[in-house]
Amino acid sequence: MAGDYPLLRYSVRRILQAVPLVFWVIIINFTIIHLAPGDPAIYLASVTEATPEAYAELRKEFGLDKPLYVQMGIYLWKLLHLDLGYSTWHNSPVLGVIIDRLPATMLLMATAFSIASLMGVVLGVIASRYSYSVGDHLATLASLAGYSMPIFWLGQLLILFFALYLDWLPSQGMYSMRGVEPGWPAVLDVLKHLLLPAITYATYHMTLVFRITRGKMQETLAQDFILTAKSKGLNERRVLYRHALRNALLPVVTVIGINFAYVMAGSVFTETVFGWPGMGRLIFESITARDYPMILGIFLVVSMMIMLANLITDILYALIDPRVAYN
Amino acid sequence: MNANAENRNGLLRVSDLRTYLDVPSGVIKAVDGVSLEVNRKEAVALVGESGSGKSMTALTIIRLQPVVARILSGEILLNDVDLLTLDTASMCDLRGTEIAMVFQDPMTYLNPVMRAGAQVAEVVLEHQEVSKGEARSQVLDAFERVGIPSPQRVYDSYPHQLSGGMRQRVLIAMAISCRPSLLIADEPTTALDVTIQAQIMDLLAHLREELQNALFLITHDIGLVAEHCDRIYIMYAGQIVEHADTFTLFAEPKHPYTEGLLRSTLSPDKRVEVFETIEGQVPNPTDMPSGCRFHPRCPHVKDVCREESPPSLDLGEGRMVACWLYE
Ligand SMILES: Nc1ncnc2c1ncn2[C@@H]1O[C@H](COP(=O)(O)OP(=O)(O)O)[C@@H](O)[C@H]1O
Ligand code: SF4
Ligand SMILES: [Mg+2]
Repeated sequence: MAGDYPLLRYSVRRILQAVPLVFWVIIINFTIIHLAPGDPAIYLASVTEATPEAYAELRKEFGLDKPLYVQMGIYLWKLLHLDLGYSTWHNSPVLGVIIDRLPATMLLMATAFSIASLMGVVLGVIASRYSYSVGDHLATLASLAGYSMPIFWLGQLLILFFALYLDWLPSQGMYSMRGVEPGWPAVLDVLKHLLLPAITYATYHMTLVFRITRGKMQETLAQDFILTAKSKGLNERRVLYRHALRNALLPVVTVIGINFAYVMAGSVFTETVFGWPGMGRLIFESITARDYPMILGIFLVVSMMIMLANLITDILYALIDPRVAYN
Repeated sequence: MNANAENRNGLLRVSDLRTYLDVPSGVIKAVDGVSLEVNRKEAVALVGESGSGKSMTALTIIRLQPVVARILSGEILLNDVDLLTLDTASMCDLRGTEIAMVFQDPMTYLNPVMRAGAQVAEVVLEHQEVSKGEARSQVLDAFERVGIPSPQRVYDSYPHQLSGGMRQRVLIAMAISCRPSLLIADEPTTALDVTIQAQIMDLLAHLREELQNALFLITHDIGLVAEHCDRIYIMYAGQIVEHADTFTLFAEPKHPYTEGLLRSTLSPDKRVEVFETIEGQVPNPTDMPSGCRFHPRCPHVKDVCREESPPSLDLGEGRMVACWLYE
C-alpha cells in the first residue's frame, strides 16, 4: 500500500519534480552564455589575426551563423548523446576534461565538506551544552573569526606558516614533482597535499555549521518536549543527542544543503590558491580564456550537482522530520 | 496531623521550600516557603491562580527547575530520602520510576520527530532490563490501560497525527509505564476541550485505583478537584495560604482567597476565569506586597495585614490557614 511509504512517495515526487527543472536549467544556462558580451569567433579570429572572410568561415564552422534556437536545438540533441561539445582551448571534448578534473575536486571538497559538517554539528552541540560558559564564548569568537575570514587569505596564511615557514607541508598541487612510489607512499603524498586546502575550505564551512547548530540547539533545549524527555529519567547525553539534536538538525541540514551550492565557488578560491588540479581551477581558467563550450559544460555539470544536492537535502529533511512527508 | 513524623503512609514531604528565579527585572520568589505532604495512594491538589508558583513547585520536586532558578532552602523527602541531596544519576533513576510527571500542553510536550510508541518505550528501556520487543508489548499494554482505542496504530504514529486528547493519553501512558508511586499532573486538562477534560480526569482517577499511585494534581480550577482529590493546598503568590481536606475546604473555607476562588467556581457562569471574579490582580512577581501578599485584594484587610505576613496557623485536624483573621 502506497500510504505506508510516505517517505518513498515523497522522494519519488521530488525526483519527478526535478526533471523539468533540469531542462530549464539547460536552456537558461545556454541563453545566459549567449547573451553575454564577447563573441568567441571574434576572440579566436583576433588570436589568429584572421581576415573578415576567415572570421565568417569560423562562425560558420562553429554554427554561430545559425539562429539561436537552432543552436540550442543542436546543443540539446548533442547533450542527449552526452556530447558537451569540444573545447578548442583544451583541444579535447568538454566532458573528458571535466571528468579528468572532477575527482580532484571531489577528493578535496567532499573531504573538507563532510568532515567540516560533522565537526560543526558536534562542536555546536557541545557548545549548546555549556552555553555561555567561558569555553562557549571563546568558541563563538573563534567561529566568528573563521567565518568572516576570506578563503583565499586564510589559504595564503596557512601556506606562509605551514609550507614556507615550518616547511611541513607542500603548498601547491596534488602530487609531488619528484616521483613517489605507487601504493601507500603515493596515498600519503596526496593526503599531505590535501591537508592545507581542505583545512582552508573546511574552516569556513565548519564555523558556519557550528554557529547554526549551537543556536538551534539552544532554541530546541528550551522547548517543552525536552522537559518531558528529562522527566523520563533520561541522562543528559540522551536528551541532547536523541531528542534535542534531531529537532535542531532540521535547519542545520538545510544550511548544509544550501552551502553545498557554494562548494564550487569555494573550490574556485581554494584550488586557485593551492594550485589544486580540479574543477575550481578549471572554472577560473575557462572564464579567463572565454572557452564557451567549456563554461557551458561546467555550468551544466555544476547545476546538476546543485540540483542533486537539493534533492538529497529535501529527502534528508523528510527523513528527519516526519511532518514533511506526511503532509 | 502533618507534623506526625512517624507517618508510615508518608510518601512525599516538602518543607520550607524556596525556589527563587533570577530574572533581568529582579528576583521572583516563585516558591517561597512551601511545605506540603502527599501520602501513599492519596490524591492531593495544589490550587492557585496562574503564576502563583505551582509549576515551579512541581519542577523543583523533580529537580527540573529552569537554570535561572536557585533553591534557597528546603527539604524534599521522598520515601525519607532528600531529593535535594541526590546526585544527578540517582535523580535520573527516580524520574519515571518513582516520580513521573504529566504536563499541561500535550501539543508541545511530545517530541515531534519521534513516533509516539518509541517515546513511551524509551522510558521502559531506560529503567528496565527488557528487550525491545518486550518494551513494545509493555507500551501497548499501557496504551490500552489509558484507553487508547487502537494501540498499534497510535504506537506507530507521529504526534502531529494524533488529536490533543490522544496525545495527552500518550503522555499519561508514558508517565505510568514504570508504575511510579507518585504521579504529578500539572494542569493536565487545561489545554483540552471541555468534553475531553472530564475523560482525562476520570482516567487519572481510574488509573490511581488500578495502580495504587499517589496523585499530586496541580490546577487553577478548583472545581476540577472537588470530585477527585482527598486534600487541597491553596497557593497564592508563592506561598501555601490554606490547607484542608476537600470536604471541609468546600464546606467552610477560611482564607479570604479561598473564599474568592470558590465563589468564582460556584458563580452561575462557570467559564468565568478565577482572576476575573476576585478583585484586583496577581501581584507583580518581582515586587511582592508587604505583609500578607493578598492584602491589596482582600475584602477583610486589617492594618496588621499590610505590615506583617500572617503566620501559618494550625487549626487542628490537619487544617492550616495563613491569615490574620484567625490569630
Ligand atoms: N523559566 C522562567 N523564567 C523566569 N520566570 C519564570 C520562569 N518560569 C516561571 N517563571 C515565573 O515564576 C512565577 C511562577 O510561575 P509558575 O510556577 O509557572 O506558576 P503557575 O504554574 O502557578 O502558573 C511566575 O511569576 C512566572 O512568571
Ligand atoms: S491576612 Fe489580612 S489581608 Fe491577608 S488574607 Fe487574611 S485578612 Fe486578608
Ligand atoms: Mg503552571
